[in-house]
Order: sequence, then C-alpha cells, then structure tokens
Amino acid sequence: MSPSSTTQRLDVKKTYKLYIDGQFPRSESGRSYVVNDSKGKFLANASQASRKDARDAVRAARAAFGGWSGRTAYNRGQVIYRIAEVLEGRRDQFEAELRAAEGISAAMARKFVDASIDRLVFYAGWADKVAQVVGGANPVAGPYFNHSAPEPSGVVAIVAPDRPLMGLISVVAPVITTGNTCVVIASEKYPLPAITLGEVMATSDLPGGVVNVLTGSVAEIAPWLASHLDVNGIDLTGVEDAELAADLEVSAAENLKRVRRPGLEDLVAPPPLDRMTKFLETKTVWHPMGI
Amino acid sequence: MASSVSEATSSDAALRRFLHGLPGVDQVGAEQRAAGLGTRSIKTTAKAWAIDLAIRMVDLTTLEGNDTPGKVRALANKAMHPDPLDPTCPSTAAVCVYPDMVATAKKTLGSSGVKVAAVATAFPSGRAAMPVKLADTRDAVAAGADEIDMVIDRGAFLSGRYLEVFEEIVAVKEACGDAHLKVILETGELQTLDSVRRASWLAMMAGGHFIKTSTGKIQPAATLPVSLVMLEAVRDFREATGQMVGYKPAGGIRHSKDAIKYLVMVNEVAGEDWLDPDWFRFGASTLLNDLLMQRNKLKTGAYSGPDYVTLD
Amino acid sequence: MTKFEYAPAPESRAIVDIKPSYGLFIDGDFVDGHGKSFKTISPSTEEVLAEIAEADDADVDLAVKAARRAYTRVWSKMSGAERGKYLFRIARIIQERAREFAVLESIDNGKPIKETRDVDVPIVAAHFFYYAGWADKLSYAGYGPDPQPLGVAGQVIPWNFPLLMLAWKIAPALACGNTVVLKPAETTPLTALLFAEVCQQADLPPGVVNIVTGAGETGRAIVSHPGVDKVAFTGSTDVGRAIAKAVAGSNKRVTLELGGKAANIVFDDAPVDQAVEGIVNGIFFNQGHVCCAGSRLLVQESVAEEVLAKLKRRMKTLRVGDPLDKNTDVGAINSAEQLAKIRELSEIGEAEGAERWSPKCDLPQNGFWFPPTIFTGVSQAHRIAREEIFGPVLSVLTFRTPKEAVEKANNTPFGLSAGIWTDKGSRILWMASQLRAGVVWSNTFNKFDPASPFGGYKESGYGREGGRHGLEAYLR
Repeated sequence: MSPSSTTQRLDVKKTYKLYIDGQFPRSESGRSYVVNDSKGKFLANASQASRKDARDAVRAARAAFGGWSGRTAYNRGQVIYRIAEVLEGRRDQFEAELRAAEGISAAMARKFVDASIDRLVFYAGWADKVAQVVGGANPVAGPYFNHSAPEPSGVVAIVAPDRPLMGLISVVAPVITTGNTCVVIASEKYPLPAITLGEVMATSDLPGGVVNVLTGSVAEIAPWLASHLDVNGIDLTGVEDAELAADLEVSAAENLKRVRRPGLEDLVAPPPLDRMTKFLETKTVWHPMGI
Repeated sequence: MASSVSEATSSDAALRRFLHGLPGVDQVGAEQRAAGLGTRSIKTTAKAWAIDLAIRMVDLTTLEGNDTPGKVRALANKAMHPDPLDPTCPSTAAVCVYPDMVATAKKTLGSSGVKVAAVATAFPSGRAAMPVKLADTRDAVAAGADEIDMVIDRGAFLSGRYLEVFEEIVAVKEACGDAHLKVILETGELQTLDSVRRASWLAMMAGGHFIKTSTGKIQPAATLPVSLVMLEAVRDFREATGQMVGYKPAGGIRHSKDAIKYLVMVNEVAGEDWLDPDWFRFGASTLLNDLLMQRNKLKTGAYSGPDYVTLD
Repeated sequence: MTKFEYAPAPESRAIVDIKPSYGLFIDGDFVDGHGKSFKTISPSTEEVLAEIAEADDADVDLAVKAARRAYTRVWSKMSGAERGKYLFRIARIIQERAREFAVLESIDNGKPIKETRDVDVPIVAAHFFYYAGWADKLSYAGYGPDPQPLGVAGQVIPWNFPLLMLAWKIAPALACGNTVVLKPAETTPLTALLFAEVCQQADLPPGVVNIVTGAGETGRAIVSHPGVDKVAFTGSTDVGRAIAKAVAGSNKRVTLELGGKAANIVFDDAPVDQAVEGIVNGIFFNQGHVCCAGSRLLVQESVAEEVLAKLKRRMKTLRVGDPLDKNTDVGAINSAEQLAKIRELSEIGEAEGAERWSPKCDLPQNGFWFPPTIFTGVSQAHRIAREEIFGPVLSVLTFRTPKEAVEKANNTPFGLSAGIWTDKGSRILWMASQLRAGVVWSNTFNKFDPASPFGGYKESGYGREGGRHGLEAYLR
C-alpha cells in the first residue's frame, strides 16, 4: 500500500450547474466553459447556458411570480433574512471561493462576505417598509378613498456585475424583496459563487423559481431575455459593452420593459432606492365614500 | 311578478330578503348622476313647454297649523287660475291640505278639474294607532278628497318591521276607496339611498299609486339624488310588474330651474311616460310663483317680480 | 318625436378669437417656422380653423436651445418658491380664461363643451395649482435631500385631452426646475397655442415653455435631439415603443403613458344603476378617446341580461352632436383617420361574429361621427377584445367567477386601468390586488385628480403622472 492512499484523500469536486426553478440542471445545450482562478489555474467548468435555458428560467420565474408576490411582505422579509442566515453559516465556503476567483486576501474576502450578508439583512428589513415609503393616501378633491401602493413589475432579467457575491446580491436582493422574480445572468468571469449562492437560496425557504441563475455568455443569453415578451423588466447593471447595452434596450422596448441602464454604484454606500423602485409599479385604487 | 309580490310579502323574513336583495345604491355615483342631469340646459321653446307642464304638475300645498278656510279658499283659487291675467296659463294638478280643509277646498274647486289631495295617517309624524290613521283617512275621503298622501311608519321601517309597514299601506289603501294613494317615505329620515330604494319598492308592492319623498316638515326634503333612486324604482317596478306608479317630490323645490331639473330627470331616468300630471307631481307652494314669473319672462323678454304674481 | 325636445343650447363661439394662422412659440415669442404649414380643422364640421406652422429640425433645434438657455440662465437658478409662484399665476389665468379654453378645445377637438367645461379645464387649472405647491417642497418629496432638475424636457402629447395632457406634462416639469419643448398633436394644436399666450400673460421667462407644432416628424426631432434630457410621451403604444428604441443607449430619461384595453368588471351584487353609469362613462366619455377607457365590459353571467338591458336603455338617452351644445353627451370623432380606424375595427367585430348594437341617433351630415356602439357575444379571441379601438365602442364579455374575471382582465399586454363593481368590500380589495393595472376604479370609473398618480403596467407604459409620484420623472 502506498502511503498516499491512507493519508491523502481525493476531493469530491462540485459540478457547477445552473439554478433554475429550484433545481440545479446542466445547460440543456450540454455546453460548459472553463473558469480559472485569478492566476489562470483551472477552477471548474461552469455551465454555459443557452437561449433555451433562459426560456426555461423565465418560465420558472413567471410560474413563481404569483406565489412570491402574493406572500405577505413580512414573510418575504423573513425569507430574505433566512438567506442571510444560511449564507452566514456557509461563509467559509464563500470566502474560499472569492479568494480563489479574485485572488484577494482572506481579510478582504471576509469583508465582502460580511457586506453581502449585511446587504441581505438590509433588504430583509425593506420588504414591509417600501410600500409605506413610496405609497400612501392621495387627497383627491372629491368623496373618494384614494390610495397608491407599489407592486412588483413581474419577471425581471438581470445582468449581474463582475463583482462576484456582493455585486450579485446587490442587484438580486432589491428586485426580489419587493415581490418580483428574476432570471440573473451571473458574472461571466466569476460564475462560481453565484451558483453556490443558488445552493444557499435553495435551502433558505426561498421558493423555487424566484431566483434563477444562469452562467455563460452575457452577449449570447441577454438578448433572448431582453426580447422575451414575458419579461417585464431588465437590469443592465453588469453590461459593460455600450453597444450591447443599447441593443438590449432596443429589444426591451418591444414590450416596454422597465430598463435599468448599465452601471454599478459604489457598493459601500447606502444603496439607491431605485434598485427597488425601478421594478415597482404604482397601483392607485379609488373608491367612493358614501353611506 | 304578481305572484312574486305575494311571495315576497308572505312573511317578514321573505319581505326582508326581497328588499335587501334589491341592488345597492352607491351614494357618490347616484349624486354624480343627479348632478350631471342637473347640467342639462333647457332653453327657449323647451323651457316654455317645461314651465307649463310643471305648473300642471303642482300640488299646491298648505299644511300649516294656522290654516283656515279663508287661506284654503285663496289657495284653491290660485290653483285654478295661477295667472288670472292670462287665460292660457294652465291650472295646477291639485291642492294639498289637511283633512279638515278638504271640504272647503272641494267646494271652491268645484268642477274645475283641480283635485284635492289630503295628507292623512297622522301626518307628518305618522305616530298614531292604526285605527286613528284609518279614521283620519276615511274622514278625508268622506269629505271629498281625490287623493290621500299618507306617511309610512319610519320607525317600523328603520327597525326592520317591513311587513308591518306593508300591511299598514295596504290597509290605508283600502280605506281610500276610489281615492288615489300617495305614499310618503320621508326620505330625510331614511337617510340612506339603499333605504329609499327599499321603501320605494315596499310602497309600490303595497299598492301605492304614487311614491312621494317627503312631508316637507323634515330636512332634507326632496333632493335630486333621492329622486333619481325613486324614479329608477318606478321605472324598474313597471319593468317587473307592468304596473306604473307615479312619483312626487315634495319640499324644497322653489325655483323653476330646479323644477326643470326634475323634469329632465323624469324624462331621462323614468322616461317620457311619466311626463304627465297623472304620473308626476311637485309638492310645493312657493314654486308656483317662480314658474309664473319665468313664464312671464319668456313671454315678455323682461324679468318679472313678486308684485306681478299673486300671493295667496 | 319625443315629448320633451331639448331646444339647441349652444355655447357662444364669440369668446374665442381664432387667428388665421399660428407660428411657433419659441423663447417667449411667436415666430414663423422654417417648414411647411398644415391646417387644423373642426372635426364636428370639417371647417378649417387655422393654418399651423409645422416645425422642422431647425425649428426644434431653436426651441431646444431656447429651453436650454432658459434652464441654465434663469429657471434652474430660481428658487422653488419663485417657480411655484409662476405656476400659481398660470393656474389662476387658466381659471380666469376657463370658458375661452373650454370653447376652443371643443371646437378644435370635437369633444362636448360639457366635458371641456366641467372636466378638462378645471382639472388643468387644478394640476398647475397642485404642482405649483410642490416647487419649493421637493426636498420633502422622498427623492433625496436635494433633488435636482434634469434639464430640458421634450414632451409630445396626444389629441384626446390636448390641454389636460399639456398640463400633466408642463406643470411637474416646471415645478421641478426643468424647461420644456412641447409638441401638441397635429389635429389639436389650438389650446396649446392659447396656453402660450397664458405664459406671456404670466410673464414666464422666455424659453421656459416652448410650443412647437407639427406631426410625427416634429415629434421625432424632439425625441432624438441631443439637447433633450428627458422625453415624456403620451400616445399610442406603437409610437411609445419607437421612442423607447430611439433613446436606447442614451442618457435621456423617459416616461411613457400609452394605450389600454381596460376591463370594467361588473359583479352580480353591483350597485347596478351606478355600474351602468360607470360603463357609460367608461367608454363614451370623450367619445371613447381615452387610453384608460373601460373598453371591455366583463359582466357576471347571472346579471348580464339585466345589465345589458339597462345599458341599452341608458345609451338611448345619450345625445350625440354639436360639441358646443351644452346638452351634447358625445361629440365628434377627432379625425377622419381615427374614424376610419374605428369603422375598420367595428367591421372586423361584426365579421368575427360579435353582435353590434347602437341606439338610433341622427348623426350630423358634416364632420366625423360614430354612434355609441356595443358589441355583445365577444370573447377574448376577438380582435375587438384585444386591440385598442379608441372610440365609442364597447366589447361585452361575460364571466362566472372572480378568478375568471381576473384572468380575463389581465389577459392583455396592456395594464393601464380597470374597474370593479360590487358591493362586497373584501372582494373589491382582493380584485384590486389581483388586477395588473396602474389605476383601479372600484364602484367608479374615469376619475382623475392632480393628487392621484396615473400610469400603466406592462405595455401601457412606465412612469406616473400626478401626485408626488409625478415628480420622479423630472428629478434626479
């Protein structure tokens, strides 16, 4: 017997797949792409999602929308908080993944994970407050009860920025907190933490389909989401190619999607309200007051 | 519907189910519809026609504690010849008095065609025992009243004793003999338009020939929204039963402009069949002089004044 | 012959002074355009009212530059309180000249004087009044401690509520410190040009409001002008789509208020007489030229017959004719083009097997007219149940359960408005929460107020006009 057989154990490596409808399927295309670490060393093969995966993800997001948006805001807040709790429990794994992906220090990785967890907690608290902040009673000149309240736009497609965990959470959490469901294209460069985050969400009471994570080529997948008629909004935060961004906006116009144009804010600063409000509709209800 | 009327009135519970099964009335919507109709602009020939019709629809009324035969005789003369200087001016539909004045009124009006209406059943409160109310009615009819304006028991209605109200109307109608029965709902005390609709149906199902808003002693008396609901009721009742019931708003209608708004509403809500003194009346006193002044204005082109119409 | 014939009661035209021709209102003055001109006609008589300048690219450029100058030098530097005072002035002048605006709008648009007098113009004044008060309170509006204007707003408005849409666009833009270049619709330019006169009477600094007249090309020139920071559009979904595409990749902000195909849902426990009024008001108000019109009646099967009988009886009392007659309920269709579209879709409705009904009504010989019309036996698969007709044409569908009503109501790419009629409070609130529409009228319909946000879901556009929400489109 060689010594290695008793002291060395071969790692069981994770297969990084997509996260669609609460499941972890491979791309229907059977494709994958190589993800290297910051020094160019092979880390893993990530699934390379196809237009059909995007289609399936939209279908899952649409199916989940009624249930998720119909939950009480309090309950959605609880679920988002639960994601934070589970993430906290698996922080070592994320720190390791961030260090591998970005080649950052342990302290820096810890800081990013801290901030990511805290951002989830921040949005968990928003769920049952946003309606009070952006809605309210309207004093119309007549005998009417008139009230405006925000409602989620529906299914939102998101192109996440190239900031593996914090960037992803900063674009996904505000969208789902308010009751939207989403299909997010993870950072093409750093797809692995996104899929691991999918594992966290899958075990956090978040219903399947609320968040669907695709990995692969933004240029390939995003146009299908931008032109999809059952997608209500698109967040182009992570689109770096200005021409592609303009094309996506043109496609999005076909069914008047709500569009958030490219660009990522300073993630350390308090998040802008429009991360939530861009994908909220205002519904105004009138009713007469009489005896 | 005839069978369903008897079914609906077979018990208190059945009547309640029926009345509460009528469609609700949204107050704000009803008020807006009434206000909208009030913006109709009735000019020139249409106005002249409407004023003469309105005069023919007036139940010229005096219902005061200090009424005397002299006052009633004067009123009756005014009813016959509202404008003594103009023979083309029509008479009013009726005079409306307390039962003890019926004989005087009848005698003065003679064969003029102007009818005598008497308020009865312990008008205006209706707070008396049944035999008293019936005696009141019979007394007025015996004195020659062509029409009886009764009041419903609003207390009974508001406490949900619908069958009691129904049976009272039926009994008074019987006491009326050949006289026509107008049923006063006193809508100002019913307060909600839902109650106005239910009371209207109750009165119509009990056989009232007319439904009438008010005694004139309670504010608010006749209003356009209440009239809207009551005109919808007579319209729908005819649709359901084939029977036509008249409508009389009373109290608070003082100006020609208001009267014309009512006629527009009658025309557009109940329909033109009701544009007839047999089916629509104004319970009013001061309205007549304003109609006469407007009539003169249309004739001469100059505004008239109170000294040019008779005060009786 | 009816018993009670209402004699004609025309509002006098003498109050308005329509000039033979109009230029463009740029930098505080009326100037000749570089381009051609076009005629605006009265849709009720086809009489030519005036010759209107058609702004070309150069004219639009001048207007945008004037707006930019006014923005940089005057308007963005002025305190909110002072801006507000200008808007209060404008509101007051509109009130003072209300009758003139109402008559002019009725002549140019074809809508009844009853509506311009009682709805359009009063809400216009109220809208300016409302936003005037916001001008010095923007830091309390929930858009940050020191919200800033965007710059020059290019605004393109439709012909159905010409002056009201102008107010919805200009009042919040100015209150927030922006300057504007506004294009009224080519068939209804006159009240916007009269509004320019109001700006002069109010001593509004030159260039703060610029009115350029013209058709689609002029609109395109505004939308694509690089000096425009914000585009606000009300009109068709197709044009809205084109605008969204035109500004893609730019920094221009956009709000769009587009088409609709609203469901007006009547339950068996509805206050039925008010529901009938709501149906009538929902589809025949403004000849049905209303983006939020209740053009699909969804009536519960158990009361469908009763509701339809009452609706038909009510429709027989609608008075169609001279917009200036104070008793007119339904005026003229705004243009020959729109009339052709309404006719075409109505013919399609018949061809698809729906049953068409209109009350007997004598339509005037000249002008563009279409009688109030309902189609019964319509299903979701009919084109008249899906496409916006933008005319006095109602499609009647039935449903059996609240869930079915919601499904049918939401089964459209539009999402602007919806109506619910029932006496059951909890059902109203449940329905209101389920309907994917920006405005839900329960036991009422087609109500508007400056304080009440208006705008759609889905392909009915994005952004809100009215209320605190209406400020967002003009601030950063």
